[in-house]
Amino acid sequence: MATNVYMEALSPTMEEGRVAKWHKRDGDAVKAGETLAEVETDKAIMDLVARADGVLRQVAVAEGQTVPVGSVVAVIAAPGETIGAAGSAPPPAPALSGKGKGETGNVGVATAPAVATVSAVSGADPSRVKASPLARRMAKEAGVDLKLVTGSGPGGRVVRRDLQGAATVAASPPTFPVSRVPLPERPEGAYQDVPLTQIRKTIAKRLATSLGPIPHFFLTSEVDMERAAEAREALNKQLGDQGGGKVSFNDIIIKATALALSRHRACNAWFQEDHIRYWNEVHIGMAVAVEDGLITPVIRNADVKSLAEIGREAKELADKARSRRLQPSEYTGATFSVSNLGMFDIDQFTAVINPPEAGIIAVGSIVQKPVVLDGEVTARRRMRVTMSCDHRVIDGATGAAFLQTLKQMLENPLAMLL
Amino acid sequence: MATLTYRDALNQALREEMQRDPNVFLMGEEVGVYQGAYKVSRGLLEEFGPRRIVDTPIAELGFAGIGVGAAMAGLRPVIEFMTWNFAVLALDQIVNSAAKILYESGGQVPIPIVFRGPNGAALQLAAQHSQAWESWLSHIPGLKVVAPATPADAKGLLKSAIRDNNPVIVLEGEMLYNIKGEVPEGEHIVPIGQAEVKRPGHDVTFICHSKTVTVALKAAEQLAEREGASAEVLDLRSLRPLDEAAILESVARTNRAVVVEEGWPHCGIGAQVVDVIQRDAFDQLDAPVLRVTQADVPMPYNKQLERLAKPSPERVVAAARRVLYLD
Repeated sequence: MATNVYMEALSPTMEEGRVAKWHKRDGDAVKAGETLAEVETDKAIMDLVARADGVLRQVAVAEGQTVPVGSVVAVIAAPGETIGAAGSAPPPAPALSGKGKGETGNVGVATAPAVATVSAVSGADPSRVKASPLARRMAKEAGVDLKLVTGSGPGGRVVRRDLQGAATVAASPPTFPVSRVPLPERPEGAYQDVPLTQIRKTIAKRLATSLGPIPHFFLTSEVDMERAAEAREALNKQLGDQGGGKVSFNDIIIKATALALSRHRACNAWFQEDHIRYWNEVHIGMAVAVEDGLITPVIRNADVKSLAEIGREAKELADKARSRRLQPSEYTGATFSVSNLGMFDIDQFTAVINPPEAGIIAVGSIVQKPVVLDGEVTARRRMRVTMSCDHRVIDGATGAAFLQTLKQMLENPLAMLL
Repeated sequence: MATLTYRDALNQALREEMQRDPNVFLMGEEVGVYQGAYKVSRGLLEEFGPRRIVDTPIAELGFAGIGVGAAMAGLRPVIEFMTWNFAVLALDQIVNSAAKILYESGGQVPIPIVFRGPNGAALQLAAQHSQAWESWLSHIPGLKVVAPATPADAKGLLKSAIRDNNPVIVLEGEMLYNIKGEVPEGEHIVPIGQAEVKRPGHDVTFICHSKTVTVALKAAEQLAEREGASAEVLDLRSLRPLDEAAILESVARTNRAVVVEEGWPHCGIGAQVVDVIQRDAFDQLDAPVLRVTQADVPMPYNKQLERLAKPSPERVVAAARRVLYLD
């Protein structure tokens, strides 16, 4: 009996997947567990594996094509078996509900690939812009990208009235003064439309559920990093002698943050709509910039790991993130996050909370500054840390107390040993 | 121009056409001595005599068949049904004879016949006598179907129907016979297959025919008063052939449409109109086309239920609000 190959939910927030590469071709023999294709999810490139033995048939999705989770992408059948149209057999019952951590915060979901529930009308492409035929024609004539227009009709349908302003703007000729020196190698056309990649779509969706609905507030503290810098130099000298990797400032910040959280459990929490989950374990999400977005791999139990362990793990996860080989279990389940833009000479910034986490710290660059110490002006290496708090979980004084502990840890690294 | 009732406009058309062409004759139940169940044939027996104004037994299939035979022999019969609810009995002659003979004779035998009578609901005539048959009749190739809404259109379309060399169905209305309007005297012809804008507008088109023209005009007034929106009322007048060009022109102006009809929703006239619009005016549409029809039930006898089952200005306004995205 033929088995449908579905686009599986390979990450907890995945709604659609792009077939990056087929490993098997139509007519190839396959065994259960073998990789059929590489699929670009919203987060990473994952393997889609065969769930049955047989011959791969009716490959319905080309490389580069994106289809919703639950779509039939091929069929595995016995050699010579007569099979009906793809998708004629009902999809298997979902193994797991496949809900994202943003909704349930369930770490367990993240590790198992789930077959998504297929709704009765699964054919609808969620990325399609809904617009009345008239609005489509008007947009085309005016050169307006419908994706950029907010629809006021039912279900967000773009209708004529939504385009009346846009069409006028697009129709009027540009009035910029003509520059006498043409800019070098400017691409043709007034602009370029770049389709959203899976990761950018997810970033857009996730972060829009953060700064809007979550009542953020921000606390900034300036930390003296002289001693931390000295400790780091000493540590790295010792690690270098042993042939190990180096410890970065970020590793020290992660360790200090984890330790401070273990003393301020009120900040190590998830907001869960009808309850707050205070975590006993400390898992630090570490924001990593990747080519077309960002992702937060997680250093688990960072409070009990050594700096050398954290350093090694952070480097490994960052490398994986950049090559987009992170497994879902490696980027889900953080209880608190750290975002560091120090390497870009940013003095201070505010970071957007990654729900359901209740807080994130934003780390600026370490700069030498004149400060008054014991009544004398002296040059010190200083760093600004800004904490974003979800006020539904963390109150001002609670957040401030945590930040004070973090500052003390960083200013006196020996305190981390206590 | 004289102001006439719808019934007198029909009477005028019959009289003028019978004066004009001696081959025209009227046949049906109570058309002669009683002068018509609805007095459409008042004075005609006196003027034209019993050879041309023929009273029949209560036998719709029989006199419809005599009519078809007379048409085959070269006369131009006008067959009156006391109501189209009774004409169901004559459908074999209408569908299998009148509509087919020109085709089956290879174009040798035209059937210039008119079948006319009141169609649709009146007041509390209950389920069997309150039916709108236009979608049944318009379904048949070989028939033409007209449904005038005003006295002037009634006169002009009946004259066109009598002069047409094909079987033409004229759908009148018991509730229309008493309405009054200006009717041009003498040679007033409304060509079959031409719709008419009964009220110009630019925000939404109400497509209607027969009794629902009045409903749509009232709805257009209410819409203008309450929402400041301007509805165009397009009276189809002919249901087969359908004036597709007029429908498309109007929808191109308004970008939205509501089709109003007395019949039931399933496979109704509105379904055909929506097909035309979605096919040929797709890029003009700013909203799905909605329909207002009779409720999908046998017509209730109860007065309040009957009122609720019929298309009403309120239901048309509600549909207009939806296509205008005002809800």
